[in-house]
Amino acid sequence: MNEIPLSYSLGLSAILFGIGVAGVIVRRNAIVLFMCVELMLNAVNLAFVALSPYAGVEGQVFVFFVIAVAAAEAAVGLAIMIAVFRHRESVDMKNFSLLRW
Amino acid sequence: MNVTQILFFFFASCAAGCALAMITRKNPVACAMWLIGTFFSVAAIYTLLGAYFIGIIQILVYAGAIMVLFLFVIMLLNLGNDYEDDIRGTGWKIAGGGAGLVIIALLGRVFSGDLPRPLGDAAGPTMLATAQAERGVVGLIGIPLYTEYVVPLQATAILLLVAVVGAVVLAKRKV
Repeated sequence: MNEIPLSYSLGLSAILFGIGVAGVIVRRNAIVLFMCVELMLNAVNLAFVALSPYAGVEGQVFVFFVIAVAAAEAAVGLAIMIAVFRHRESVDMKNFSLLRW
Repeated sequence: MNVTQILFFFFASCAAGCALAMITRKNPVACAMWLIGTFFSVAAIYTLLGAYFIGIIQILVYAGAIMVLFLFVIMLLNLGNDYEDDIRGTGWKIAGGGAGLVIIALLGRVFSGDLPRPLGDAAGPTMLATAQAERGVVGLIGIPLYTEYVVPLQATAILLLVAVVGAVVLAKRKV
């Protein structure tokens, strides 16, 4: 299990994070945007797991907490989306501008 | 190049390819399916890195619970009939691709530098394997979780409770 160099997994983590950022900028649908945020969380988790052999097993414990927080975030965020959809009949990002100005 | 590295490259290309497909598909259901593919590939990479428990949790919680929640909401709201344009115009596409590339380059610059190694240069996957043989795959995470990090664990439990109550209150028709 010790044949994968650290730089490979960290590089994959950077690539996944970059794709997530590009998705957040490009997409309009709020639910897809949310999925891109989940992808970025996953990239960070991958960096934690890759570094945990060198910095202690606490990295994996932290990944556990990140997954729990991501689950809570998904529940609340999707509930907000249902509430917005009920008023506007759409989940386009332009409907989420109520608190912008 | 040995079997583990070949498997790593296979699953890494699967993860990156599925992620790219996810941000370019128009239909939200297709996006969710590609994201599930990414999650499975990342779970396989966790397993290759020696984090078996996290790999299983990734499949159970992310690919299982969270994505089912997403699919439920997509189908509940009856999205994907495309009465609205989902992907932004060319300027936004260039900005998004540029921002992604800049972030990949910056993170690559950071990661290719000298990373701190608090356990010393001798630490590495062998140390993780020894700890795993000593405490077991679940005990490797479970023992610190229930001794050193028991307060954060309880805080997470309260957070999940608050999130569930908040989700019900937000999604209800009349409070």
